[in-house]
Amino acid sequence: MNRRFTEFIMKGLMLLSVATIMMVLLYILYIVASKGLRSLSWEMVTSLPTGGYYLGKEGGIANAIAGSLMMIVAATALSLIISLPTALCINFVMRRNGRLARSSRFMFDVLFGIPSIVYGAFGFLLMMWLGVQASLLGGTIAVALLIMPIMVRAIDEVAVLVPSDLTEAVFSLGATRYEMLKVVVRQLRPGIVSATLLAVGRGIGDAATVLFTAGYTDSIPVTPNDPAATLPLAIFFQLSSPVEEVQNRAYAAALILTAMILVISFGVRALVKYSRK
Amino acid sequence: MKLSRRIKDLTATRLMMLTTMSAFALMIIIGVVLAVKSEQILSGHSLWSLLGSSVWKPMKGEFGFLAFIAGTLAVTALAIVLALPPALMASIWLSEYANSRIRSLFAPVIDLLAGIPPVVYGVWGTLTLVPLISETLAPCFVDFSTGYSLLAGGIVLAIMVIPLMMGLFGELFASIPRDLREASLALGATRWETARRVVVRKALPGIVATVVLAISRAFGETIAVMMVCGNVADMPGSLFNPVYPLPALIANNYGEMMSLPDYESALMLAALILFVIIIAFNVISHAILHRLKQRIA
Repeated sequence: MNRRFTEFIMKGLMLLSVATIMMVLLYILYIVASKGLRSLSWEMVTSLPTGGYYLGKEGGIANAIAGSLMMIVAATALSLIISLPTALCINFVMRRNGRLARSSRFMFDVLFGIPSIVYGAFGFLLMMWLGVQASLLGGTIAVALLIMPIMVRAIDEVAVLVPSDLTEAVFSLGATRYEMLKVVVRQLRPGIVSATLLAVGRGIGDAATVLFTAGYTDSIPVTPNDPAATLPLAIFFQLSSPVEEVQNRAYAAALILTAMILVISFGVRALVKYSRK
Repeated sequence: MKLSRRIKDLTATRLMMLTTMSAFALMIIIGVVLAVKSEQILSGHSLWSLLGSSVWKPMKGEFGFLAFIAGTLAVTALAIVLALPPALMASIWLSEYANSRIRSLFAPVIDLLAGIPPVVYGVWGTLTLVPLISETLAPCFVDFSTGYSLLAGGIVLAIMVIPLMMGLFGELFASIPRDLREASLALGATRWETARRVVVRKALPGIVATVVLAISRAFGETIAVMMVCGNVADMPGSLFNPVYPLPALIANNYGEMMSLPDYESALMLAALILFVIIIAFNVISHAILHRLKQRIA
């Protein structure tokens, strides 16, 4: 009887935990959507801030949306150039599960754990050393540093699953390692795409990396040396404004950012499912 | 033809080795750069006087980190205490009770919680938690609270580390062999007894490692905590008092302190402290997880 009672109580507690976590997610989405929809308008998405924007006058956050998109595209490309060869190297050039491969994996796990504010501060120091001002370029470098370990780990996760039969078959046909990798990359394509999307989702939402490195501006950056506004910072700055309309726009901006990330996240899921078939 | 293939192969593999090794270099460079930058403050003050004092008056040349370190520890501890029980219980339910359909229904919940950007958590916290604390909770215990408090920071952070914990717990429990569970159930244990005495016990080192990893994540979280925790450099007194964690210190003051070299150096020291602590925690956690993986495999 006593044991059954414990079982009953514990099961209740577990269900309560699951329900609570689900409710918290729904509550967050509900608050962001309901607050954001109220001041979301077409104008917000398509127009730049005008003179009195930060006092509640007309305008939008097209500068931040464009800045964020430009930065994430550049940073993802930059990071992919480094992460893809790295992940392949760990799996197919180094001896599989050898000491070197294991310690590399460990290193990327640690790099993954470094907080974004440290990447931001380091990126800023790097920029000062290179003589770069807070700009699209600076933000791109900092974000690329942040998402590089994420991509390596995500590509590595699928690369591990490539059977050694495949690589051996390619080798037995007389291919070099480089030619074998071309075959492997074709095999890994869905995994690479979902790793990229994962990194995009993380990179586009992070504020601490771009806080000192990207600057902020009311116009859309034209060259890499122009400062660039980003969505997370647009939310952050507008929320700290005392003007209520500006605060409301922060909620709308938060809704836009969340919606972008939800789309990316479901994209990853759909892709993973599709590639398993 | 043959030669060009070989050259291609050699350059490609060399380049790949180079990119991999550059990651090792990156790690060391970050550490060295931060250390060099914080040298200036360390040459003027002893490390213990910096860490042991809670007086923060940059204009007068006093840099005491104690309040910030205490603030970081308090927020992190609160977050872990709040997040661990539900994350663990929910993970046990998903792995031991739920069928695979429910598990796959729940997976997007964890993904979405992990995907929501920190700044949005911050917005949510200021919209819901802050007024809740200042208007409803705090009046029951203290005279006055703005709501921007240790409690708000801890709750936001707890929600942010739950998906990290649940992801790792899920993997961990899935790696425990089925036979062990069946043996326990066959001996007449209930499901909960099996979960507690077999699954959780077997996974215990992994659970510890996960918690260590979650601590290191919570330690470095910046924007979300900064938006709700008040940012007042006092020692944390109660749940309803504001706190000022280290990452928030860096984020709030960086860029404005260029005129004071000591100030910049002090902030770099803060970044270095974060860097070192987080690497140490990561190393510990991965060492445990790695050993566990080898033992089970």
